[in-house]
Amino acid sequence: MANIMYWEAIQRAHDEEMARDPLVICMGEDIGVAGGTYKATKGLYEKYGPLRVMDTPISENGFTGLAVGASFLGVRPIVEIMSVNFAWLAMDQMFNSAAKVRYMSGGQLAAPCVFRSAGGAAHQLGAQHSARMEKVFMGIAGLRVVTPSNPKQAYGLLKSAIRCDDPVFINEHELMYNMKGEVPDGEYFHPLEGSEVARAGTDVTLFGYNISVHWCLKAAEILDKQYGISAEVVDLYSLAPLDRAGIKASVSKTHRAVIAEEDEAPVGVGSEVIAIINEECFFELDAAPVRVHSALVPQPYNHTLEKATIPDHEDVVKAVLKMFGKA
Amino acid sequence: MKIEDKKRVLREMVLHRRFEERCYQAYIERKIGGFLHLYPGQEACCNGVMEAARPGHDYVITGYRDHVHAIKCGADPKEVMAELYGKETGSSKGRGGSMHIFDAAKRFMGGYALVGGPFPLAAGIAKAIQMKGGDEIAICFLGDAANNQGTFHETMNMAALWKLPVLFVCENNLYGIGTSIERSTAVIHQHKRVAAYNIPADECDGQDIEVVYEHARKAVDHVRAGNGPFFLELMTYRYRGHSMSDSRGYRTREEEELWKQRDPIFIVRDRLIKEGAMTMADFEALEKETDAYIENEVIKFAEESPEPRVEDLEKYVFADRESQLPWLTGKAA
Repeated sequence: MANIMYWEAIQRAHDEEMARDPLVICMGEDIGVAGGTYKATKGLYEKYGPLRVMDTPISENGFTGLAVGASFLGVRPIVEIMSVNFAWLAMDQMFNSAAKVRYMSGGQLAAPCVFRSAGGAAHQLGAQHSARMEKVFMGIAGLRVVTPSNPKQAYGLLKSAIRCDDPVFINEHELMYNMKGEVPDGEYFHPLEGSEVARAGTDVTLFGYNISVHWCLKAAEILDKQYGISAEVVDLYSLAPLDRAGIKASVSKTHRAVIAEEDEAPVGVGSEVIAIINEECFFELDAAPVRVHSALVPQPYNHTLEKATIPDHEDVVKAVLKMFGKA
Repeated sequence: MKIEDKKRVLREMVLHRRFEERCYQAYIERKIGGFLHLYPGQEACCNGVMEAARPGHDYVITGYRDHVHAIKCGADPKEVMAELYGKETGSSKGRGGSMHIFDAAKRFMGGYALVGGPFPLAAGIAKAIQMKGGDEIAICFLGDAANNQGTFHETMNMAALWKLPVLFVCENNLYGIGTSIERSTAVIHQHKRVAAYNIPADECDGQDIEVVYEHARKAVDHVRAGNGPFFLELMTYRYRGHSMSDSRGYRTREEEELWKQRDPIFIVRDRLIKEGAMTMADFEALEKETDAYIENEVIKFAEESPEPRVEDLEKYVFADRESQLPWLTGKAA
């Protein structure tokens, strides 16, 4: 096991897959000569050259569409969209071309592309650089959405996504690229579907994904030590499809659920998880499931207001205590 | 063009024209649903370019006015019609419809219904060709109105920057839906626009297939020789409206008549008659024969083909599950 950073894990997955298959390419703004904004493609340009490590113009929809077209002929592009806010510009090609082409061609063409993008609020980046948009991607037929919460997942999910014949959107987080964690030494493929129990517990399930898994883990510790509440943390690394069986299994065991998301609440991961709970195990519930989520405002620049917009582990603790009648 | 080639292409163009007119009829009869964008008037464009290219070898991609492009690339007219009927035997198994005809085996990479969407896809196909080192080229047919999309400019820039083997063919029919080019576009002659990207370009009459062919040959050769992209603009006109719901109130019947004087099929026909290679009676016989083929084989096939099964509704959303299991479960060998 190597203890490496999230960005290093992503870089390693790129490197291994590009070394294995000459049709794997990567592309995006600043990813080549400059080494990538988040270093996820560091050193690849020197190793694989400009034909396979493509510094693109700042034209997101154009280069995303180019990747999709190349994938029709068996090329395996990994597209880095620097910030998820810019992915809005590329949605036409992601949604109207990549996600639909297999279906509308009756199975003749496919777009096995990987789209990686950094989402989330970082440090005072303001409204146009702080978006979370998991909720938009997870509702598109034909698109898989995964979101790594640690270096092991970042590495293994990218490896699996590159080899998968479906288009996969990987939602990374700006604040997590320097997070360290254990990654297996040999090749490791993380499943593109399912969920993981990040911490076992008996009294309540805390559902998180990506950065909110860490709020949940921290909250679980506090709940255990200070209030004697045993919380199970479930990491929903796959947002599309969501793991119905995993959600059901945990809620059937703990009978309570809190869903923590950095995204805003309307039509989000939380509402979807609660719908699944209602459909799969409503009669198992001892309390109504609750969402912890962001305020529905364009992200303010001001630090105090920004902090007030984004939830954290304390909000998760509060939600659980309220559920148990302790707050 | 040699006389034999001209005669063959005339046959094809008549098929293309009659196929489209029969689609119109089937639409009126409610056999075809959705949107239907027809090609009559523009036959010399697709035929002229593809005579200069290699159908079935070069990759072709286009917008939603796509039936004729598919057939010219080698798609079976029966399957194209079955697609319009939404049948399981259709070229996209009834999942695509008029705007999404595909025939990957013939390297017809599809019709796409977001205006300007195919530009970057074509560049991507060209990128793949470049990586694999083949002598194919990518050919992107789109109308003039698509050039006002951002994808046009984004793609021209990338195609030129990376010297991609792609030929852009602009079928300038003077209208984007119901808006004339004078009212939507600052530059009417589209080939001038790509000068900003250092892409060589050419413009010609899109009604005369021999003219199109001569210009297309140079364009195709340029791209195939590894010189990067080329932009060819063909001045043409569609006889029918943008789609079936279009009564063409935005233009005059006089203008339409003027263009019909230079009908791409009649130009070839009259030339062949003048050259003594065929008679008017031969041409009328060809039309009849074509109609009989469309009725007895194409329409019959579409009518008699089965509907897709509702149980297969979710087929083709994702790749076959069995083949994906290693990545879905993380249990790769």
